Amino acid sequence: MVGRVHFDALFDPKGVVVAGASSHPGKFGFVSLHNILRGGYQGRVQATNLNGETVLGIETVASLDDLDDGSFDLVFVCTPASTSLDLLRAAHRKGAKAVFLTNAGYGEAGESGQRAQDQLVAVAEELDMLVAGPNGQGVVSTPSNLCAQIVAPYPPAGGIGLASQSGNFVSSFMNYATASGIGISRAVSAGNAAQVTVGDYLEYFAGDEATSVGLAYIEGVGDGRELYERFRTIAEKMPLVVVRGGATAGGAQAAASHTGALAADDAVFDGMCAQAGVVRAPTIESAFDIAATFATQPLPKGPNTCVLTTAGGWGVVTADAIHRSSLTLMDLPADLRDAIDAKLPPRWSRSNPVDLAGAETRDTIPEVMQMIAEHPDVDAIVYIGLGIQTNQATLMKTGPYYPEHGTGRIVEFHERQDERYAAAACDISVATGKPILTATELAVTNPSNSGPAAVRTSGRFCYPSSNRAVAALDAVWRTVLHRAARAS
Amino acid sequence: MHTAETRTLSEADSKALLAEHDVPFAPERVVSGTSDAVEAAAELGFPVVVKLCGDTISHKTERGLVRLNLGDTSAVEAAASELLALATPDDGRVALLVAPMVTGHRELIAGLHLDPIFGMTVMLGVGGVLAEVVADVVFRLVPISVVDACEMIDGLEAQKFLGPFRGEPEVDRQALIGVLTGLSAAAMARDDLVSADLNPLIVSDGRPVAVDALVELSV
Repeated sequence: MVGRVHFDALFDPKGVVVAGASSHPGKFGFVSLHNILRGGYQGRVQATNLNGETVLGIETVASLDDLDDGSFDLVFVCTPASTSLDLLRAAHRKGAKAVFLTNAGYGEAGESGQRAQDQLVAVAEELDMLVAGPNGQGVVSTPSNLCAQIVAPYPPAGGIGLASQSGNFVSSFMNYATASGIGISRAVSAGNAAQVTVGDYLEYFAGDEATSVGLAYIEGVGDGRELYERFRTIAEKMPLVVVRGGATAGGAQAAASHTGALAADDAVFDGMCAQAGVVRAPTIESAFDIAATFATQPLPKGPNTCVLTTAGGWGVVTADAIHRSSLTLMDLPADLRDAIDAKLPPRWSRSNPVDLAGAETRDTIPEVMQMIAEHPDVDAIVYIGLGIQTNQATLMKTGPYYPEHGTGRIVEFHERQDERYAAAACDISVATGKPILTATELAVTNPSNSGPAAVRTSGRFCYPSSNRAVAALDAVWRTVLHRAARAS
Repeated sequence: MHTAETRTLSEADSKALLAEHDVPFAPERVVSGTSDAVEAAAELGFPVVVKLCGDTISHKTERGLVRLNLGDTSAVEAAASELLALATPDDGRVALLVAPMVTGHRELIAGLHLDPIFGMTVMLGVGGVLAEVVADVVFRLVPISVVDACEMIDGLEAQKFLGPFRGEPEVDRQALIGVLTGLSAAAMARDDLVSADLNPLIVSDGRPVAVDALVELSV
């Protein structure tokens, strides 16, 4: 039975061995050792190689038996499947508790592969060891600076715990983490999940202090009931966001009843997630948006959402998105309207969305944002318009007149203003305990713009569109509702 | 996938089984002859529906075994004798089911379905002839709580369909919750239950009334 001690060995090992280290920089045995060293892992790094070559400065040995007892907890295996059982036994003799298998030729390779996989699990259970994979891409654990994987990237540290049936989606999520700055605690590619499943990893994350939200990609579901019970238990401890691949493959089932004819596999999965309190995201990017929101924003206490914008169209589209969601585009309270009136010339919208209509001066945005956030009726804010000043500054900076004609000074002013707005969105959110989501396409079209750059610096997620911000906030609000309905 | 052999119950037995677990049904009578049918209709109040009912009869409408909107004694009498004459030897023991004529503009569907991956599920959907095209359905795994049932109702896309509609009041949510939790309770109590259909659930004056039921049991 795999338990905490095994997962600790996988995610926070005091020493790691790469079995099958290679001097060829294109081979997994090189790449994984490189990534472990490159990631700044602080524990002991050792490696095996049949020829005893020195790889990346590590003097390898021919066999695990040549290493000191208790000098490693995790063996990262890059040798063929035929070696796995011997490695498992040797690792066990040395006191290791976990083995990560990148090798293929198991359950994915037909009947004989499946037999080998079953045997692997039996030996692992007998030796009281954890076997991750086989056919997995690796494991990342930022609290231990561990990047034991045959792929990139190594993401920044953060609260998202990631488990995936597809190794490539681990990379995809970590690419989003790297780009957005919303970091990862643990990430693991479950591979064939012979012994340890995505559900097992998520359960470990739910009790892991470094993890605040779970994010998972799954395809096949073995025992649906077991998965449901797992999900429910996990969701009580941490928010869990799931993407399911192959969801539309299973059509309606042939059945005697009308109910059965309507029971498309996907609809049942959908209901299972809703019942368990798990957020089911339709796409990889929306799953990351939602996980990033859980990881960085306070939970909304109600649905009343206020939009703060510097231009009309943006606000209108955001309002449309809110109308389509479970959130409420609240009426602007009269006292809040009067308070903003005192700050602005009369051309502002005087309603929600709060459209400043270009009437803002130096301090207007942070001040109005604070007024809105502090109003007791407001539960959440979506802020749009960040980065437009810097956008102009960039045009000036890259043009022939810079820094003459006063452009040098105004560029600096614009960039500083966007930095202030981004910082204010985070600071006011923290001070009021209310979510404030900043959205601009500049997050992807020009991530170096000082607006989105400052959002990243603040540790928040800069949403690439207001639709995506609203969809993420909607998912978080539904989770709050799910919990509230069951709290009494 | 459930492959074992199954059998279906007659409409009356299906309703009786589910009613034991507090799935609400309209009052109705099962009678054997024409004169009893007339008496039952008088008790229930006109107009009524008369159907030919039996364990092996699961597609009554297709076979013309349902007579709707019978307004007086003579109409019931004629319908009852015609239906009894339509019974074939294959139908085995048959009876006449007399029920009040339920009318409403809206139809829902609810039921139980044994999912091959997730086991027994409760379902709620928008019913009617377009049900399978519209596929506005929600599922939950058995057992469900009242909260789960509420969220199922909220989870239907066609929320407007549940509100006031063509002069009829909004759907009685409490009654609908009762249908769903009753189905769940039936599935929990009977491990031989393979599927159940309440189709249609006609929304009559706001109340969902199951005018037909089909229960499938493992043999």
